[in-house]
Amino acid sequence: MFRFLINRLMLMVPVFFGVTLVAFGFIRVLPGDPVEVLAGERGVSPERHAELLAQLGFDKPLWQQYFNYIGDIFQGDLGTSLITNRPVVEEFFELFPATAELGLCAILFALIIGIPAGIIAAIKRGTWVDQGIMSISLTGYSMPIFWWGLLLIILFSNTLNLTPVSGRLSFLFDVPPVTGFMLIDTLLSDEKGSFLNALHHLILPSIVLGTIPLAVIARQTRSAMLEVLSEDYVRTARAKGLSTFRVVAIHALRNAMITVVTVIGLQISLLLAGAILTETIFGWPGIGKWIIFSVFSRDYFAVQGGLLLIATSIMIVNLIVDLLYGFINPRILHQKSKS
Amino acid sequence: MKKTLLAAGLGLGLALSGVAQAKTLVYCSEGSPEGFTPSLYSAGTTFDASSQTIFNRLVQFETGTTKVIPGLAESWTASDDGLEYTFNLRKGVKFHTTPDFTPTRDFNADDILFSYNRQWKEDHPYYAIGGEHLYFGWMGMGELLSSIDKIDDYTVKFTLTKPESPFVSNLAMDFASILSAEYADNLTASGNQADIDFKPVGTGPFVFQSYQKDSMIRYKAHDDYWDGRSNIDKLVFAITTDASVRYQKLKAGECHVMPYPNPADVAEMQADPEINVLEQEGLNVGYLAFNTEKAPFNQKAVRQALSMAINKQAILDIVFEGAGAVAKNPIPPTMWSYNHAVRDYAYDPAGAKAMLDAAGVSGLKTNIWAMPVQRPYNPNARRMAELIQADWAAVGVDAEIVTFEWGEYLKRSNAGEHDTVLLGWTGDNGDPDNFMGVLLGCAAAESGGNRARWCHEEFDSLLNQARQLTDQAERTTLYEQAQVIFKEEAPWVTIAHSVAFKPVRAEVTGFKVHPLGSHIFYDGVDLK
Amino acid sequence: MSATSSVSTSIRAQQWKEFWFYFSVSKTAVAGLVFLILVVLMALFADVISPHGPAEQYREFAKLPPAWIEGGQLQFFLGTDYAGRDMLSRIIHGSRLSLLAGCVVVVLSMSIGVLLGLIAGYRGGWVETLIMRVMDTIMAVPGLLLALVLVAILGPGLLNAMVAIAITYTPSFVRLTRASTLTELNRDYVTASKVAGAGPARLMFISILPNCMAPIIVQGTLSFSTAILDTAALGFLGMGAQAPIPEWGTLIAENRDLIMSAPWTVTFPGIAILFAVLAINLVGDGLRDALDPKLKRS
Repeated sequence: MFRFLINRLMLMVPVFFGVTLVAFGFIRVLPGDPVEVLAGERGVSPERHAELLAQLGFDKPLWQQYFNYIGDIFQGDLGTSLITNRPVVEEFFELFPATAELGLCAILFALIIGIPAGIIAAIKRGTWVDQGIMSISLTGYSMPIFWWGLLLIILFSNTLNLTPVSGRLSFLFDVPPVTGFMLIDTLLSDEKGSFLNALHHLILPSIVLGTIPLAVIARQTRSAMLEVLSEDYVRTARAKGLSTFRVVAIHALRNAMITVVTVIGLQISLLLAGAILTETIFGWPGIGKWIIFSVFSRDYFAVQGGLLLIATSIMIVNLIVDLLYGFINPRILHQKSKS
Repeated sequence: MKKTLLAAGLGLGLALSGVAQAKTLVYCSEGSPEGFTPSLYSAGTTFDASSQTIFNRLVQFETGTTKVIPGLAESWTASDDGLEYTFNLRKGVKFHTTPDFTPTRDFNADDILFSYNRQWKEDHPYYAIGGEHLYFGWMGMGELLSSIDKIDDYTVKFTLTKPESPFVSNLAMDFASILSAEYADNLTASGNQADIDFKPVGTGPFVFQSYQKDSMIRYKAHDDYWDGRSNIDKLVFAITTDASVRYQKLKAGECHVMPYPNPADVAEMQADPEINVLEQEGLNVGYLAFNTEKAPFNQKAVRQALSMAINKQAILDIVFEGAGAVAKNPIPPTMWSYNHAVRDYAYDPAGAKAMLDAAGVSGLKTNIWAMPVQRPYNPNARRMAELIQADWAAVGVDAEIVTFEWGEYLKRSNAGEHDTVLLGWTGDNGDPDNFMGVLLGCAAAESGGNRARWCHEEFDSLLNQARQLTDQAERTTLYEQAQVIFKEEAPWVTIAHSVAFKPVRAEVTGFKVHPLGSHIFYDGVDLK
Repeated sequence: MSATSSVSTSIRAQQWKEFWFYFSVSKTAVAGLVFLILVVLMALFADVISPHGPAEQYREFAKLPPAWIEGGQLQFFLGTDYAGRDMLSRIIHGSRLSLLAGCVVVVLSMSIGVLLGLIAGYRGGWVETLIMRVMDTIMAVPGLLLALVLVAILGPGLLNAMVAIAITYTPSFVRLTRASTLTELNRDYVTASKVAGAGPARLMFISILPNCMAPIIVQGTLSFSTAILDTAALGFLGMGAQAPIPEWGTLIAENRDLIMSAPWTVTFPGIAILFAVLAINLVGDGLRDALDPKLKRS
């Protein structure tokens, strides 16, 4: 176990430096420069332009800029946003809980619907139920989620007026941010009704972000269940007269867990990509919306820092997933540490 | 409260009135502020959230007009040579009390000196904090100011290096907001200088409470405001970047006021009895500039022909959805000295084709640069370019649409890489020189701000004469002549002056649209 | 050599037959294939079948609803957009771009990925380490985000979007090919050809590659559908194909502000994306079942 952990950490080091190079390179090869962006229609004189670039450290040779950058990273300094003048790290962690909350709710939604759907499809294999569930799940898997989100807004928010259009909480509630997780913060605050309101705001974005994971989970649960159902001991158990329900209940749990872990591991990166689109559509103040805004507004340092922080969080999640795998299925540790 | 719970649970949104006794006005703003010190930034979004709520200036624009009225200065006098301005400051003005700061004295001349010197003197301890003082530089304040002196606690004298007719209007601009010198001293003592820009303290009608990035800004009424406490107890900026989402929220009652609606949605809003759509012609112009240094745009006839080939009314209908007026002059009609007598080129594709043939231009291949961003003077440059492209194709001109990232776009068009470029301008202070001088003068052709790179001696000398004068009637005559020359020479196709629509819920009273684009929630704004 | 080639053709024909037998078991896969062929035909003959030019502006008919809604006209069956352009014609022409994007991305990422994977698996050592760590780095950043950043650098446009997406897809092909190469490398036939004096290029491309094609092809179809989705997503975010080019994602983006006043301009391009991607995924599922013997039974 320990050796496995060390191995994994060792693998992360070159990747981490790879990402720093990508993030660092991003600013230097991007057309335009930060000062132009600041100045706007009114422009800035060439002398002042050079001066400001120098202030940002852009006048030094590249290798020196890179070493300064790495040095700063190890002091926990990922630069300052050009737009807001605030440290990038601070901005990132202020918005991170919003994305985490949305992501968790999306996964939860996917699990609650996906696992039972997969199990039912496996039990009713070959029937129209199975085909129906699998067709729906493949449709979900093929969904352009940015369009899906717009469609749901047209339907549920505009036409039926059932769900709020965007944001995390009605602005009439004054809930101080404690944890950054709105569901927790609203419970801690004394604003009555705010918890339900926050929950209400989560519904549509969670559905949109959870659609593709839901499809994947349903498909994977189905094939995992089929495998279990065909194994000898299960057949024996069924032959012995145990009800299908009990057999499934006993074995589904373990398989479900494996599926969950697999999907989170496989999907964390896709989930973040999905968060970019979902947050854009629903005006969700999280990392996805922030990073894309930073790319568009050429907030060079925010993108540089954001890329690194996002990549690092994904690496950490993947590490945790691999460790969890180890607990559920110790055989895997052995194979994985070899590759 | 039970009713609220139920409503939230059923997903009916919240009845705005039922929540609390305090009057809370929610404004669905279009973006996050860059920060809270107006002098450091240039976006209207930032000014709405800072200078119009938290701060005051020596003089201010009257809400709803470009007229300059007393602010923190009760009165002012100018010397006869136009080089000295003396301001008498208002007494008894209180700064905000916040968790981090309790003022021990009223506003006085030290605060004026602090606020200007911070932007002006490079050795000022706060000069480098927070970044570049953009507008101070753009308005040429550094070269214009000779000295700022404190005569006594309530009298300040500004001495200029040359006469400048728009000087007092400039001081009403957002960048000239007055910060607290005492607060700055406290922050210096505690080593938290950067806080001055994030935990702002001012004298304005609203006290800053909190800001959650990309989500909301909260303010409360300033109880001791010198001009009387605001009717609104709590003010919330709900940051909502998407225009259709803002509209949906307004409709659902989740906010009371929204800026920049989609032109396409305005008709539906106007039909809604719960929404009042206020409108005002914006102080702006959107144009297409020909690069007059490049052939064949160096020929006046070609520029005129291409102007005639564009169906401006179609652009107004499709891009602005009627939310604007066709432009014929480089300044908007609400501005003094606008020449109503100027006649625009009529839409005439056949005539345009004949003129192009006469000029010997055939099979012209060119480009149209379209901005990647939405601006008040152009809600969708891409769309506008598509229409112009089709219009020009009809007269045999093949134009390719080109776009760059915004900073790059400005830089390259500044360097004159374009054939034709879409751009525009929003006025800063209501002075015609702020349009014509900055955008069409010979100096600007050299520095690049003049995207047509058009330097016309007669036009330029008219502008120079007008800049030295203080009498508005004399200046008007000169500017009117300049507009005639401009139209004849056609360095731009003047496209539109947009109308600013402000949808406001019916329960809001007293809200006025401001021509300079600010959103102001003081001055009689109330909730029924 | 010539004798064996005729034998191998008949074997290949046999394989095809077997493949089609397994593939046609799934009715949905066949349905997907039929629909996909229709889309391909639509793309090929776009100029002939679309009722109007994709960029033609009928300004007097701007924002007309679809034909079956009141106010719609039969000549603009799916309605028109803000400038009076026919939505149906734009969507038909858009199919070209989406299919093209899918093809280009798959061909680019597959060829680069397979090549790098073969080299990594065959050479081993520091070459392998370098290639694999670079791939790990690419995979460490969410694909769409990396593509966005790359497009920001290259400049927005359909071609650049395709290149950017292809780069983010490369690692999966590299990993897959490397893994297959490693297993194949120890097989007897490879050792035999090595002993017979085959050079590395011959070994890699003639001996090893054909034997690891099945999973690569399955991955290829999967990438084809996600490539269409990602191109559309970039277009939607304004970083892909630029208006007035009628790429499907771009169509949604350019009409997004009409979502309240003319919802059909947003709805139909999305349906086009969904159906095309669904068809490809159905075919992909069928292919996987037919090519992957392990899963044949399930």
